[in-house]
Amino acid sequence: MKKRITVAVLILTMLMGLLTGCGTKTEATESDAPAPVPAEKRANEISVGIANDLTESLNPLKSGYTAGTREVMFNVFEGLMKLSSDGSLYPAVAEKYEVSEDGLVYTFTIRDGIKYHNGETVTAQDVAYSVEQCMTPDESGAMVEPALTMIEKIETPDERTVVFTIAHPDGEFLNYLTVAVVPEDYTEQDTKPVGTGPFKFVSRSAQDSVVLEKFDQYWGEGAKLDKVTFKIIENADSMVLSLQSGAIDFCNHLPTIQAAQLSDDFNIAEGSMALVQALYLNNKVAPFDNELVRQALCYATDRKQIIDVAFDGYGSVVGSSVYPTLGKWYDESLNELYPYDVEKAKELLAQAGYGDGFNMTITVPSNYQQHVDTAQVLANQYKEIGVNVEIQPVEWATWVSEAYNGRNFQTTITGVDAHYPTARAMMERFISDQSNNFINYDNKDFDSLMAEAIGTSDEAQRTEFYIEAQRNLAQHAANVYIQAPADLVAVRKGLEGVNFYPIYALDLASLYWAE
Amino acid sequence: MKKRNWYLTLGFILTGIIASFIVMGFIWTPYDPNAIMAGPKFSPPSFEHIMGTDNFGRDIFSRVLQGAGSTALIALCTVLIGALIGIAVGALTGYFGGIVDEALMRFNDALTAFPSILVALVIVGVMGGGKYNVILALGIVFIPSFARVTRTAFASLRDVNYVKSVRLMGAKPARIICLHILPNTISVLLPAITIGFNNAVLAEASMSYLGIGIKPPDASLGYMLSEAQGMLSIAPWYAIWTGGVIVIMIFAVGLIGEGLQHCGRESM
Repeated sequence: MKKRITVAVLILTMLMGLLTGCGTKTEATESDAPAPVPAEKRANEISVGIANDLTESLNPLKSGYTAGTREVMFNVFEGLMKLSSDGSLYPAVAEKYEVSEDGLVYTFTIRDGIKYHNGETVTAQDVAYSVEQCMTPDESGAMVEPALTMIEKIETPDERTVVFTIAHPDGEFLNYLTVAVVPEDYTEQDTKPVGTGPFKFVSRSAQDSVVLEKFDQYWGEGAKLDKVTFKIIENADSMVLSLQSGAIDFCNHLPTIQAAQLSDDFNIAEGSMALVQALYLNNKVAPFDNELVRQALCYATDRKQIIDVAFDGYGSVVGSSVYPTLGKWYDESLNELYPYDVEKAKELLAQAGYGDGFNMTITVPSNYQQHVDTAQVLANQYKEIGVNVEIQPVEWATWVSEAYNGRNFQTTITGVDAHYPTARAMMERFISDQSNNFINYDNKDFDSLMAEAIGTSDEAQRTEFYIEAQRNLAQHAANVYIQAPADLVAVRKGLEGVNFYPIYALDLASLYWAE
Repeated sequence: MKKRNWYLTLGFILTGIIASFIVMGFIWTPYDPNAIMAGPKFSPPSFEHIMGTDNFGRDIFSRVLQGAGSTALIALCTVLIGALIGIAVGALTGYFGGIVDEALMRFNDALTAFPSILVALVIVGVMGGGKYNVILALGIVFIPSFARVTRTAFASLRDVNYVKSVRLMGAKPARIICLHILPNTISVLLPAITIGFNNAVLAEASMSYLGIGIKPPDASLGYMLSEAQGMLSIAPWYAIWTGGVIVIMIFAVGLIGEGLQHCGRESM
């Protein structure tokens, strides 16, 4: 009820804005104006279109970053280690590191004189503080990085040295040290975040834009552009119009229909989105608490048709919660576990006692046309097995608070991403008591497989456990897995240096205007 | 002098054609309107798909039939709600006048001061989308205009001689309102209703166009138009057909309204 009132108030406020003539309107059109400028006069900056606003708090030491936020803030924050586009790690805030023989003690040396965007120098205490914060539950009770709890001790013998002692050897430990390093004594991290990345945060206006500028004192090569403006454009068609009109120069995750409409002024780069798109099922809500029903839905899903119809054939089928670019962790054989088979699906439904079908609701975030389209295709496919689908498009903010955080949904279509390019990052959320287990998956075998995988130091064995866990998700049909969508990026001609990452990241530092 | 009322004739013919298509749409469509891949994606109009197909390969003709049906249904219900309540309010306030009249009419003014779509937006925002909430929201939005028209008609008729006579003969207000005044306001109310219907069609279209009307995959003309916008350069026929049907529908009912006004003028 409270939310409804808020919605009413918001709409009334908008209405008042319209009635009073919207003073800010003229400014907006002015900044939209820099249409195709000849290359020699072009300012060394770009505008980037993003589909949704960032999370309320930009503090990286608090949980609750959405994928879209992480993607943008990838340019602002860095950890001791940083991910490169091929999935390997390199020292960022750290200059070098040493690992003890037994794999338990990691000694990092911080780069000499490395600075934050506010001019302060990075200290070993800051690093210790940041890592500690990420392993402490915040107000919402969630941790930024639960994996870091394997740290037993953090020592800072001098200003530039940090020593981590971990409970057991773990080949993935360095991945977790990509969490942001931020100054300990800085209090405005929520609204004016400060990090060490190639871009510094300048300003944000809610539901409108976010501005980043080049950080001149960056330790490395740094950004090639001077300024990047993110514009929040929720509608995919408006995104295309904004690209065509010159209001934005770059946009990723573009739906295929929209990409097909772009003129010759743009190049389309194609990568793979580091996420798994699925019909996520609330495993606690009837009838989805019944494994047979979940499996029936899997059999009734024609993934190929979804990709062909709603994605123009771009995208690769997945059968579990790990996407193909994760390499050794990806088990391709699971793609064939549930071939499209309507008869089998009906049979399973009859076994489960739903021979006459049932009604279900798919909640979709309405700003993602891809998910809405997928829902329409699914609704049509499930009709074959007597399942009546109601599609419930909701606003992004409502989706996050109600469906994702509130777990108040039957089924939802979305893409789930990983913080790190590891199987653990993709699957840890399905451990039964995990705070972000939004589908309420509760399977003892899975829990113990994950626990074993996390606790194993042997690399090959660990991979085996993760693959086993992945099979568990697929066999028990935790969700109806669909695909790892293709990532289509529209880039204005002349803009070069687009990179794809095996995680959800948008690297702006490598972009530049070719002469 | 008997002059043929061309507005009415043409209006009824066009409305009849559209209505028969809509009725047909309820009973039979060439394809299932929501069937994915009924044909190839984006195929231009052909013999198999006389209006072509959309991005899901759905048959646009079938969707237009179904969409016109739900748009017309929403518009009819909206007008029904708006007219019933509006006429009742207008009749009472117009006949009795006084403080209640003042209060209700000022409230009416306040309601009309907001653009109607925005008021509907607020209602849908609070109650959630879907066909029935849209009908309710638009119905509420349409009350003031009916109330105003009815009130004016009643206020001008309440003191004319024949009304005074029946009052002197001891008729109760309810009887006077329903039997003696209401029939004489028909010439004003009928055009108001047809205009209201047209506005309702447009309002539904705009709301669905803004994405807060009907839920996918159901079709309504406005929702289809908003889908069509995204593929204007790939499948221009989609927008042309849906837009065209909206135009014809409004034109037809508009003609009837115009015709009725002419009738009214002649008989007065």
